[in-house]
Amino acid sequence: MAKTKIESDHGLNVRMFLTGLGLVALYAIIVSVMLSLGVSVVLVVIIAGALIFSQYYFSDKVAMFAMHAHEVTPQQEPRLHEIVDRLCLLANMEKPRVGVSEMDMPNAFATGRNPNHAVICATRGIMNRLNDEELEAVLAHELSHVAHRDVAVMTIASGVGMLAGLVSRIALFGAMFGGGGGRGRGGQNIVLLEMATMLVSIVIYFIAFLLTMALSRYRELAADRSGAILIGKPSVLASALVHVTGDIGKIPRTDLRKSEGMNAFFFAPALAPGTAANLFSTHPSLERRLDQLNKLEKELNG
Amino acid sequence: MGLRDTIFGRTKQVAPNLDNLFALSTAALTLQSELDLVTSGQGGLCFKAGSGESTITTDDDIKELLDFDSTNNKVTLTTDDLGFKWLVVNDPDLEALVTRIHAADTSMVEHGLGPRLLCAVFGFVPKTPPGEGSVRLVYLMKQGTFYPFAPTGPSQRNNELELRVRSFLSTDLPIEKELSRWMALWNLPVN
Repeated sequence: MAKTKIESDHGLNVRMFLTGLGLVALYAIIVSVMLSLGVSVVLVVIIAGALIFSQYYFSDKVAMFAMHAHEVTPQQEPRLHEIVDRLCLLANMEKPRVGVSEMDMPNAFATGRNPNHAVICATRGIMNRLNDEELEAVLAHELSHVAHRDVAVMTIASGVGMLAGLVSRIALFGAMFGGGGGRGRGGQNIVLLEMATMLVSIVIYFIAFLLTMALSRYRELAADRSGAILIGKPSVLASALVHVTGDIGKIPRTDLRKSEGMNAFFFAPALAPGTAANLFSTHPSLERRLDQLNKLEKELNG
Repeated sequence: MGLRDTIFGRTKQVAPNLDNLFALSTAALTLQSELDLVTSGQGGLCFKAGSGESTITTDDDIKELLDFDSTNNKVTLTTDDLGFKWLVVNDPDLEALVTRIHAADTSMVEHGLGPRLLCAVFGFVPKTPPGEGSVRLVYLMKQGTFYPFAPTGPSQRNNELELRVRSFLSTDLPIEKELSRWMALWNLPVN
């Protein structure tokens, strides 16, 4: 890679894509190094599994920490609790813990490995910008993520992608040494094979990455739909989306970059609109989401 | 939620459970004998209005749906500060109150509005004031359980009294076991 410096005018999504690709390549390299150092395949799989599992198991704590969020009691945030209480009783689901992030960026997220360990969190920014009805719509969207177990689904999805890459890596690695051994080939051949193996596994990781992003966008639409049905007014969620996304565009990007890692569990992606290359995005475009809500509104109106 | 729903990211709408509503009559006797509480003559039904024809949008629609006599001022309809609608029924007789609320529930379920129902509330006041303080019994529609709610101020509630009510009524009523579901209903229009 010639230059790793990426200017912000290339679009934040390019950065995110390269970050993802970089992680994938890094992961492939780590696995290769471990394998070539003679670490057993079983141990490599265990380490990879442990990493994925801890990411899943501590998802609530990691997300709360990353967002500078803290849990709030009904006494501290009576309004927020009241809204969540009613939505949970309406949907007959366990009430998740409720958190607030003091960030001014308007957003909300839900995380936690299962509905019993879920946290639903809103930023101070979104609470200030939206009216109660719109905030309720946003929280209904987040509660749908909890009900759909999206943290588990996305963890499994990305884990499966990693596993596929890992298996192909190991299979090719094995084939290379199994088939190539004892024929007296030159060192250059080995290097070429090694590079080809690396390339194949990177391609597989890359495909897995694209699929994971596509799945994430699909889950967002699903949460929009369930949330809108729960509150019975798709138009209110649409209006909240417009407010939140419209506002995000006005905020300096330097503030937004800090929370890029959180994109997958955000209500609206923390990116400026218009820079999103759809294929690499965790969230569907605003048009797509509004379109769906509009259709739903028409359905409800018969 | 089943595995299929998880995989496809769907949630089913939840139908209300009206079975236990009539259990209130026996509980009322216990409330009177143990805590000297009698009905306040008011009951309410709380639901979330949605958009569209399949859902009720205007107050007139709701009144028509529930077949109200416009000359009858026993029934009022209000919207609370969280946008939920409240149907408030006045009747000094608790049995009639429960029947009325149940009829409204059934009517809404028949019109496909079951998933929109949140709760029903019945007011109880001391027979000889000041007594112990007034208590609302809240029936959670989706869970089919009751819990006591005894507000004492704009955002204070008398938890001690609520827990005493639970101890007296636990044999008569299915009381909500999950205390976190004992939702606070501040400024509710039912006395």
